[in-house]
Amino acid sequence: MKIGVVTFPGSLDDGDAARAARYAGAEAVRLWHADPELHGVDAVVLPGGFSYGDYLRCGAIARFAPVMESIAKAAADGLPVLGICNGFQILCEAHLLPGALTRNQHLHFRNRDQRVRVLTPQTAWTRDFAEGQEIVIPVKNGEGCYVGSEELLDQLEADGQIVARYVGENPNGSMRDIAAIRNEAGNVVGIMPHPEHAIDLLTGPSVDGLGFFTSVLKAFTGTNGSATESVEPAALASDAPVVPSALTLPEVPGASSASAPEEGSA
Amino acid sequence: MARVVVDVMLKPEILDPQGQAVANALPRLGVSDVASVRIGRRVEIEFSGAADLDRAREIADKLLANPVIEDYVVREEQ
Repeated sequence: MKIGVVTFPGSLDDGDAARAARYAGAEAVRLWHADPELHGVDAVVLPGGFSYGDYLRCGAIARFAPVMESIAKAAADGLPVLGICNGFQILCEAHLLPGALTRNQHLHFRNRDQRVRVLTPQTAWTRDFAEGQEIVIPVKNGEGCYVGSEELLDQLEADGQIVARYVGENPNGSMRDIAAIRNEAGNVVGIMPHPEHAIDLLTGPSVDGLGFFTSVLKAFTGTNGSATESVEPAALASDAPVVPSALTLPEVPGASSASAPEEGSA
Repeated sequence: MARVVVDVMLKPEILDPQGQAVANALPRLGVSDVASVRIGRRVEIEFSGAADLDRAREIADKLLANPVIEDYVVREEQ
């Protein structure tokens, strides 16, 4: 399975996102903002950073990058897309996810390890988590305050589209402690904290973040044989949730981390 | 050359922490009669020919403002 990682001018976490994809057993493919070609990838990660210097609004200019048009079209057809931090902001600006992300209420950049509760395994990116599972992954943002109308927030809650909530102190003032949401179909997920920084105990607070990447891998190579079935509750029920661990990486037929390309800036 | 000005403001119901921070600093200037401060963005667009207000509105709606959280006003500057 190929996971594409987009590099925009100002992306910072593309290297870590590609590494996380390889740790999970996928092939990481670097995608370039100015190249509309998706190079046959089976999923896409929009990484964190400061695309286009965060000019105007975070993600407002990246939204118009040639690669985003291709991603928006493919996402409508079910391509799994994960936007992390700046990637989440880009997905909201591109209207692939509802709502918006604004300046942290306390105006400070917040950088720390954050406890987060995963509310639903019913997305392409969270099926390896148990409902209600608490994980610890780094949060680092200046504009991570999720906002939306009360009607939208009620609807997100009713439809199970809130994927994760902050536990303990809310790091940015995000409404209803929202840390991650999904689209209606469940293939597009935006998350403010950083799972790609929590895949190896050498550098992260946990390996909890790996679950997002093994989830999409399973969605693609899973026993049901179809990525689109990954968000069906019936399909999920047949698989017990797997808590990811660096020591027990799932075996993935056909995946080779050794052949992952390393080109592109990191 | 014709100049169109676009004023972008956060919607009234969206918290403006920058404005609050400025408002909180005002007492240090000895100002005590300001109830609130809201911060927005002014964008000046220079058309090479005549001002095209419809085009300017499109630019504002698709790029300069995020209609989810912001309102905008477009006007030609005389």
